[in-house]
Amino acid sequence: MHVRLLRVSVLVPLLLGVFFALLVSTSGGAQASPAGTSVAPAAVEEPECVKPKERDDDTIHVQGCLRDKRGGGDKPVPGVTITVEDDQGKVVGTGETDETGLFDIPLPGSTIDVLGKTFTIKIDTKTLPEGTALQDPKQVSLKQKINLETDVFVTFPIDDKPEVESDLERALDLAVGGIVFSLCLAMAALGLSMIFGTTGLTNFAHGELITFGAIVAFWVDQWPGDITIGGLNITFVVAMVIGFVASGAFGWLNDKALWAPLRRRGTGLIAMMIVSIGLSIFLRNVYQYAAGANNRNYSQYGNAAPINWGWFTFTSRDVFVVVISVAVLGATVLALSRTRMGKATRAVADNPALSASSGIDVERVINVVWIGGAALAGLSGILLGLTQGFNYQLGFKVLLLVFAAVTLGGLGTIWGSIIGAFVIGIFIEVSTLFIPAELKYVGALVILILVLLVRPQGILGRRERIG
Amino acid sequence: MDFVSLFGDSIQQAIGPTAIVYALAAIGLNIQFGYTGLLNFGQAAFMAVGGYTMAAFVSTWGLSFWLGIVAGLGLTAVLALLLGIPTLRLRADYLAIVTIAAAEIVRQVVGSVSLKDWFGGQDGLQEFSDTFRSYNPFSDRIEVGTLVAWSANDAWVMLVGWTLVLLCCLMTWLLVRSPWGRVLKSIREDEDAVRSLGKNVYSYKMQSLMLGGMFGALAGFCVALRSAAINPSMFATDVTFFAYTVLLIGGAARVLGPVVGSIIFWFLITFLDLFFSQATNPSSGPLIPPSIMTETQASLMRFIFLGLALMLLMIFRPQGIFGDRKELAIDAR
Amino acid sequence: MPAETNLPTNVEAATPEGLERSRAARAALKQVETEPGAKKPDPIVIADNITRTFGGLTAVDVEHVEIQRGVITALIGPNGAGKTTFFNLLTGFDRPDTGSWSFNGTSLNKVPAYKVARMGMVRTFQLTKVLAKLTVLENMRVGATRQRGESFFSAMFAPLWRAEEEANTEKANHLLERFLLIKKREDFAGELSGGQRKLLEMARALMADPELVMLDEPMAGVNPALKQSLLGHVKSLRDEGRTVLFVEHDMDMVRDISDWVIVMAQGKVIAEGPPDSVMGDQRVIDAYLGAHHDTALTFEEEERILAEAEKELEEEAESND
Repeated sequence: MHVRLLRVSVLVPLLLGVFFALLVSTSGGAQASPAGTSVAPAAVEEPECVKPKERDDDTIHVQGCLRDKRGGGDKPVPGVTITVEDDQGKVVGTGETDETGLFDIPLPGSTIDVLGKTFTIKIDTKTLPEGTALQDPKQVSLKQKINLETDVFVTFPIDDKPEVESDLERALDLAVGGIVFSLCLAMAALGLSMIFGTTGLTNFAHGELITFGAIVAFWVDQWPGDITIGGLNITFVVAMVIGFVASGAFGWLNDKALWAPLRRRGTGLIAMMIVSIGLSIFLRNVYQYAAGANNRNYSQYGNAAPINWGWFTFTSRDVFVVVISVAVLGATVLALSRTRMGKATRAVADNPALSASSGIDVERVINVVWIGGAALAGLSGILLGLTQGFNYQLGFKVLLLVFAAVTLGGLGTIWGSIIGAFVIGIFIEVSTLFIPAELKYVGALVILILVLLVRPQGILGRRERIG
Repeated sequence: MDFVSLFGDSIQQAIGPTAIVYALAAIGLNIQFGYTGLLNFGQAAFMAVGGYTMAAFVSTWGLSFWLGIVAGLGLTAVLALLLGIPTLRLRADYLAIVTIAAAEIVRQVVGSVSLKDWFGGQDGLQEFSDTFRSYNPFSDRIEVGTLVAWSANDAWVMLVGWTLVLLCCLMTWLLVRSPWGRVLKSIREDEDAVRSLGKNVYSYKMQSLMLGGMFGALAGFCVALRSAAINPSMFATDVTFFAYTVLLIGGAARVLGPVVGSIIFWFLITFLDLFFSQATNPSSGPLIPPSIMTETQASLMRFIFLGLALMLLMIFRPQGIFGDRKELAIDAR
Repeated sequence: MPAETNLPTNVEAATPEGLERSRAARAALKQVETEPGAKKPDPIVIADNITRTFGGLTAVDVEHVEIQRGVITALIGPNGAGKTTFFNLLTGFDRPDTGSWSFNGTSLNKVPAYKVARMGMVRTFQLTKVLAKLTVLENMRVGATRQRGESFFSAMFAPLWRAEEEANTEKANHLLERFLLIKKREDFAGELSGGQRKLLEMARALMADPELVMLDEPMAGVNPALKQSLLGHVKSLRDEGRTVLFVEHDMDMVRDISDWVIVMAQGKVIAEGPPDSVMGDQRVIDAYLGAHHDTALTFEEEERILAEAEKELEEEAESND
């Protein structure tokens, strides 16, 4: 019976994946060209910005290049006024960018005079060419402390003037991103919740199960040559399926080699939790050892063009992620509610002793749950890696959000973990309307604490005795 | 391979300022986890609140150093209250998740650009150690034999730090042999039983969380003062996990466990680090060929060992290296 | 009265005043009607309209119940009758959905469990809760309430609490002697046998000098030889003037030591009275026999209940002869 569960959960994404690869790659062929055409001429004609040579005199200069990086190009921006102020706000130097985009402003006095002082470098945005703006509109000035006896090189990234979006449009765009992220989170959360439900283990190494999937898929993705079926490039789909299966196998190994023996020894839950922390540190560093610390991206879906659909804007990659994850989540929930193995899983989660006495092989159920939970986590990692790139810390970084989702939904409940993932995932994206983007995770974690304050059992959890 | 410097440097680390920081953090965890059974996975948050409060008081707001110390201790107590109120009535794992979340919240908030004016963003704060250093009785390097040597500043941090560690251990010892400590240990064993005997379990857990958090604040002060700088990367999640490893090496629920643990931990970590870095150093004809291990990979070996050690310790010697299994404080719950 | 049997009572513990009071209390019970919710002459606990539901299931729905001071009251009923839940509600370990209840006239609504214990209403647990990694003596010392050394600030200054500690130790030694645990004084409580744990839990409860001792299945999981000794200890609690309320499903135990029996089934009090009259009550027999229609029982439980009921009927028949 557990074979059937596995077969369902492997086959569905496989089939859907192939189907959607068909859909997406047809649109993918057309979208590569616009980006390509804009880069080519720019790279040929434009003069390069050359950093001035070191001087012998005892002065320090503030230098920088203004380059227009619109549409992937790299054009110089001449004629922009830059001023330098000291810590009292007095202007001590001004300059203008030349035809290569370079500016070079000497600071008054010798090195000794300026060393240790702080200067403010300001850009006059009114002198910027039409249609351009700073990438970060608020970043019109930079504070710079002179610590070394060398010239200071600063940069102001310039990009398209941002189109003025209405709040509603922005909210919708963010919501799309939020849903994509939530779905990835939901798979990881469901995996964690299933394992927690049946074994009681709060697995701090769950993040490393997530990273494992991403790394295996990346490894497959990097095999030389593309894997094609009838001219269709399905390299990533194959990599994803292999990553998914390998994650399941890794889950099996985790359970057989570590957790099952610990359960047999009667190791306590808190002790197991700490063991999982050790495992997390161990695996994370092994990953870095094996795969390095670089940020990685998969070979496909790198820069998918946006598709406008009514008020929504999304990419073919978003569609791909949504379809795969919805299918897998759906298949898992179906398997849990319909198959015998799924029912046995819920029975074990409810009462292991009773399940054992009514003839359920608890250890086997737990083993299958580990396979399924780890496979879900791995797939989550692959799709997260697809949407935002990844490195060896991917899982460790989202682990807290996964915990938050599971706790928010109610520890150990199936629907709860999915709902919790959506609350966290959508909140993280949409909240950037109100709070700085750098604090979006903070916002989600604060929500977690606040919800626990009001409803400690989580959104769907059963009320426990609270004394 | 230069074994003399290998041992010398390892000993230097094992009794140096870093070991003090982790000993203090682990003394706090010992109160919370070892004696009360509370899973605080956010000791880094308490350290950060303590350290940053002191640093910001002096460097950002130009207030007195001593006021900063008092405020740092006070604010960690407030943090403990905030975290304890929603979680201490719930199962143990809720506290674990909320505290680890809090550690991340604190770290991201102090590192944020939005609050750069107060906390200096990712660069953190400097220039708050003058008062502390003005009391420094040492003016020269301190050398012990030919093996180990500390700068005058480090020596001063060590003098103050080890004194603090001893005072904290003394306080722990006084507390855990008292009826108060007995209630904590009873809560660790079975909180319902304690409740049935007329003790306010919630209040005791809160006291334990606050006290442990304040020991964490002391660790935060030390971390900031020894490098005369503070920044968010000093308070990563792993700091708490290392402190747990320190505690488990020395043995939880033993007064001197954290101290012994910290010394052993930093000796081994430094030893492994130096060993592998020397073994892969290309200039000295590497012991391990670069095709197997590069220098970058060598720097990871200590963490790989650390992770393994934490697992094996918890599985095979949960009572710590010197502990007696019969007195093992943490068990099947 | 069945309580006046020849079971071993710990005479040492009994005080003349205590014995006198419990005799008077028992005598007063004779006037009480044998109806559910009957009024008692001197109630120590009064509960009204207590309900507690879990999901859709009503676990407890008690209209009115009173516990007589100075006697041993047994709370019995088939599995799933809500006895332990009711126990938890009375002691503040769980909150009812509705209802009010009082101890010595003080309302206990929303009073936390630890305050209930300090008022003199101390309970034990069905699955014994000894503090495994503490010694037997330390277990006992924790039992004493309102210790000065238990506050954070005085804890660090031993002279402030040393005298009190010594007094508590002496008291603990006396109790350990009485409960036959004195030889285990320095052992870890986790090393005790099941029966010894029950004894320790009872002794520890006495450290708080409770007026009402509430025992949740004190005989569960104890070997038959020790059961007699435990029964003696329970009786000794009454004979030193305390009130005892205990949960039990073993009818024999109840018959031997209780002065009054309250029967619960499906969350409700269905019968009350002296042991003999309750055992013969048709509603009680129906409850025990009918229990398996309503709740899912394992085969063993079903067997046990049937056997018990048969035994009751046989005894009934014998006494009618």
